[in-house]
This record gives sequence, C-alpha cells and structure tokens, in this order.
Amino acid sequence: MAVTVIIPGALRVDTGGESKAVVELGGDAVLRDALDALAARHPRIDRRLRDEQGVLRRFVNVYVDGEECRRMEGLDTPVGASSEVQIIPSVAGG
Amino acid sequence: MTYLLAIGTGKGLFLATSRDRRRWEVSTPMFAVNGVYAVGIDTRRTTPRIVVSADSAHFGPSVYTSDDLGKTWEEAEHAPPIAFPADTGATYKRAWQFAFPAPAGQEDVVYAGSEPWALWRSADRGASYELVRSLWEHPHRAEWGEGAGGPAIHTIVPHPADARRMLIAMSTGGVYRTEDGGASWTASNTGVKTEFMPGDLHYPEYGQCIHKVSRDSQNPERLYLQNHGGVYRSDDDGRSWTSIADDLPTDFGFSILAHPSREGVAFNAPVAFSDNRYPYDYRLRVYRTEDAGASWTGLNVLDDPYYGIVLRDALCTDGAETPGLYVGTRVGDVFVSADDGESFVQAAGHLPDVLCVRAAVV
Repeated sequence: MAVTVIIPGALRVDTGGESKAVVELGGDAVLRDALDALAARHPRIDRRLRDEQGVLRRFVNVYVDGEECRRMEGLDTPVGASSEVQIIPSVAGG
Repeated sequence: MTYLLAIGTGKGLFLATSRDRRRWEVSTPMFAVNGVYAVGIDTRRTTPRIVVSADSAHFGPSVYTSDDLGKTWEEAEHAPPIAFPADTGATYKRAWQFAFPAPAGQEDVVYAGSEPWALWRSADRGASYELVRSLWEHPHRAEWGEGAGGPAIHTIVPHPADARRMLIAMSTGGVYRTEDGGASWTASNTGVKTEFMPGDLHYPEYGQCIHKVSRDSQNPERLYLQNHGGVYRSDDDGRSWTSIADDLPTDFGFSILAHPSREGVAFNAPVAFSDNRYPYDYRLRVYRTEDAGASWTGLNVLDDPYYGIVLRDALCTDGAETPGLYVGTRVGDVFVSADDGESFVQAAGHLPDVLCVRAAVV
C-alpha cells in the first residue's frame, strides 16, 4: 500500500527538495515502518526525526491522517492504504 | 595572509575573516538557530578543515565539515556522525569539544567530547566517529554528575608528542588521563578542590567540576586548569595539581588558555564568583601570567562596565607567528589582541551569546 509522507520545508534539504514522498508498505504497517521507508530513501532525514534509540524527537510532531501520533499509539500508530503522514515542527525556540 | 575566526553561538556559527586582525568581515549565521558548542579548525593537512557541532532544538544534533572555509558543508549521509550504539541506551545531545592530536601518524584523527559524557574518535578527519568504550564503561561513570551546562566531556588535551597520552575533563567528574592510547583511564585530580562538597569531601578522587584545562605550548608536562572554584597548575602532565590562584582577584571562571609560543604564559578570564556570574569588578579583563601562575596581570579588554562573561571555550589563539588572542563573551562580542592582551580591537559584536571561538591562519 502507498503512504504519503509530507516533508516540512526545513527538512527538504534532506530529501533533495522533495515536499512529499510516497512510500510502499506491506499490510499491518505502522508509523515506524513509514519512517523507516522514508529513511531508506533519504538517510539524513531520519536523524532529524528520531534519535539513535529510535525515539521521536521532542519537538517533532507527526500527524497520521490529521491526528498527532502521540495522541494515538506513537510510532506504533497503524497506517493504512492512502494514509497521509505529515511531519510538522512544533512551536519552540526563542 | 588570511585569519579565519570561527564563532560558535547559541544560535549558529559565524565565520569572520581578516587580513590584519583589525578589520573583520563577519558572515551571516550558518546553522542558524542551532547551538554551536564546539568548532575546530584543523590545519594539519594542506587544506584546512572546519569541524562544527550544531544541534537543533527541533531536529537534533549533527557534525558538519567544510574543506572550503565554510562555503559548503558536508555531513555523513548513511549514519549520523556521532551516535551511541544501541546497547548503551544513551542518546547523543551535542559535542562540546574537538581536538586534533599532533603526533605523527595522527593527521586524520579527531577526538570529540560530548554530552552526555563520552569521548569519540574519528579516523576520517572528523566526518564520522566511534565511541571510546573504555571511558564510557569506566566504573566511575555512574557517579559522574552534571553542571548547569550539562553532563559533558568538554575538554580534550592530547599530548603533543606521545599519542598514548591524553587528558580529558568533564563537569562533573574531573580529570581523567590515559597513558595507553585510551585503553584505560585514571582519575587524576590530586590537589583539586570540590568547594561545593562538605568539608571532609573537599578532595575526592574524582567528582570535581573542571571547567577547562590547557597545556603549556613549550613544556608539555605543564598544564593549567580552571576549576569550579580554584585555578591550578600541573608540572607532571596532570598527575597532580597545585593552586596558582593566589594572585588572581577571584578563583572562579570558565576559561584558561596557554600562550601558543611562550613558556609559562597563560590567560584567564575571572568571573566574580559562582553565585554572581558576572565579570570580576564588572569589567571585561583578561588576566595574564608570565611566570606559570605565580603572579597575574589584569588587562582591560574594555574600560567601560561590562556584563558578559567568557565561557570555557571562548578564549583561543590563532597559531600565527605573532599570535592573536581572541575573547568571546556571552553578550555576543568578540575581541582580538595581537600583543598578548595589551590592547584589543573588536572583531564582531551584537551576536548571540558566544559559546566558543577558534581561529587560524588559512
């Protein structure tokens, strides 16, 4: 199944300018699988989103079909055919 | 001759260039809004390489290198340049220090000190790093603490001629030395006080909050140390330490720097005291010793009142035959002296807080 990942402007330097990436996943896929597939295509973007232990960075929000993943099952949130994964940096800094 | 000055700030890296160290062209910020706690200019090879630690509050840390003086930057693609192995369970936050060992055969070796407390070794001029497990697995690690800045190895002092010997320092944990190329590490804090501990615990084996160590350029057995309370000298490569603070107006501060070509000469930038972190006497002064710490002379960087202190890596020199002394402050100024601190000009101003400076002739 195809899942679309929408890349924020700040990270498009790590995707060769792509604003979205369509990744192919097997059945019963979860958000982690979508990010793994994105990382396989664009290795540098993964370190921006997750630390080396695989934990989503604190100020990176990832929405699955419009709902922030932390409100659901985090990286174990299921994704389905035609799901849209949107990466949005949170409001932080000064 | 071009002088390159790299200024790491809380919100990015600035590069400044000058032909006379009086007039400087300062770049716009690179790695904007990233904390740049460590930068290095590696001049051991014909082509200088800049190595930068940049950490984004949003997108995490990384290490970047440039072989064209900052026009373009490279970052390891397939794996993060620094990352803790999965079995450690640890998460890399940022580098606080890069060090470039001088012994022959080490020209491509770069060491990085990180938060949390870890030492990393690169064999490809700083592009990618491996954890030095011997130090990470040191039995003392469970008792290392953290200062306000974070739990970091912020000081790496290789021996200039002996690749087996190196000293590292951390807040808090103290000084550790190796004499076998990093296979084993020994706490080496004899004589260094922990004023923040109860009286009968003032001189522990380890646990000191070291702020910076710098090695005398002409006498490799001699080191200068700024502690969290206390300024010390070692004449035995860091095995033991004696106070050299008696003639300073205060023994608190972050930075200490050996002169790059004069034996027994070092610089210090005193802070009022631990609970009043302003420049001593509210004046921006560098103190210079010419007798290995027996006496110190205060040198005004500015005459007016000043409220920005000099952090641990915000003093540096540039390696020129007539060396420059660079002083960065937390209120975003950088000053340069080409006469060992007798007079200063301002190289940059109104920047974010300066965390580190490094300079070189390129």
